Amino acid sequence: MATEAQGAAEGGLVFHPMDQFMVKPLFGDGAVGIFTLTNVTFWMALTVLAIFGLLVLGTSGRATIPTRTQSIAELAYDFIRKMVEDVAGKDGLVFFPYIMTLFLFILFANILGLLPMAFTTTSHIAVTAVLAMLVFLTVTIVGFVKNGAGFLGLFWVSSAPLPLRPILALIEVISYFVRPVSHSIRLAGNMMAGHAVIKVFAAFAPMIVISTGIGLVVTPLSILAISTIYALEVLVACIQAYVFTILTCVYLKDALHPHH
Amino acid sequence: MATAPQEAASGPGLPQLDFTTFGNQIFWLAIALVATYFILSRIALPRIAAVLAERQGSITNDLAAAEDLKAKAVEAEAAYNKALADARAEAQTIIAQAKAEIKADLDKAMAKADAEISARAAEGEKKIAEIRANAMESVKAVAKDTAAEIVAAMGGKADGRTVTAAVNARMKG
Repeated sequence: MATEAQGAAEGGLVFHPMDQFMVKPLFGDGAVGIFTLTNVTFWMALTVLAIFGLLVLGTSGRATIPTRTQSIAELAYDFIRKMVEDVAGKDGLVFFPYIMTLFLFILFANILGLLPMAFTTTSHIAVTAVLAMLVFLTVTIVGFVKNGAGFLGLFWVSSAPLPLRPILALIEVISYFVRPVSHSIRLAGNMMAGHAVIKVFAAFAPMIVISTGIGLVVTPLSILAISTIYALEVLVACIQAYVFTILTCVYLKDALHPHH
Repeated sequence: MATAPQEAASGPGLPQLDFTTFGNQIFWLAIALVATYFILSRIALPRIAAVLAERQGSITNDLAAAEDLKAKAVEAEAAYNKALADARAEAQTIIAQAKAEIKADLDKAMAKADAEISARAAEGEKKIAEIRANAMESVKAVAKDTAAEIVAAMGGKADGRTVTAAVNARMKG
């Protein structure tokens, strides 16, 4: 509010595309401690509620001929289950609830973040890094528990010529440890960039109030741009949830079947 | 004037890199993830799995029932066809039988008619022969009388025996 007042006072446009990502306490203006109720709490709670609404309330009829909501829940179930089975294999189905949790959480956080004035929890590297590290740790632990030292065979490309193998092994090891980084930054970056761009265009939208001449051109253009990018962002929200999930399945496949 | 504390709070640049909020985010994320995981693994996923299995089961049952009914329909059709063929065969026998009966009756009637016809023909022939014999006799008598008269008229004396012999000889010739 204060920044808007300042911008209006200067008589120019107000650019604060990053303000939407600020973590703020829900009540009062104090510092953000670990247990403080913040907008993160609020939007994550909404995410969990949305998941509960779709998958629990939506299927409460347990109908053989499903209602619309129930068929969406069944569609999501089938989609992820098939993905896990196809990519990670039959023995990967143990991790199905875990992967479903990741998928639904990211999907709903992304989509809820697209509501106007919303806070996108998945645009924060702290959140996505935890999600990616969870996957990384799961894959590493499962890999060693299931295969023992054989899991290291993942890095030893036995199909390559022998002299190349140590070099390839080094590259494989590096790529293995870069996985959680790319995994998390891809999601957070996509979310952040799209939302920031929308906000930048939104800042141009009130131009007509400041200067009627330029505004006649700029305001419709920026509104058109916001609509277009918003549509793109809806797509990105779903695709990024999908990408995160399928990569998790691919990594799990490595842990379950480390041999190329 | 209000921007200064805000900038201080959010750091110099990205709110994403403001490490003071990391603990808060990670704490609430952990709670959200655990809650989601329990909602899914305890309630939602088993329920959806049960619904899907039940649907699959009822579809399988319905398909089996449909298969049964289809088999029954095929059976009924076969029975119908068999009944039809039987009826046809029966009709054929009945027709053949009737034909044979009629033919026998006809033959009998024909034979009877033939016999009657030949009997009548024989009778007729007999009558004709009789009539002819009668006619011959009459002709003979007339011829004798006529011959005797003619002879008498010519002044001769006709011997009965000679006349009869002459007439008989002529009639034979």
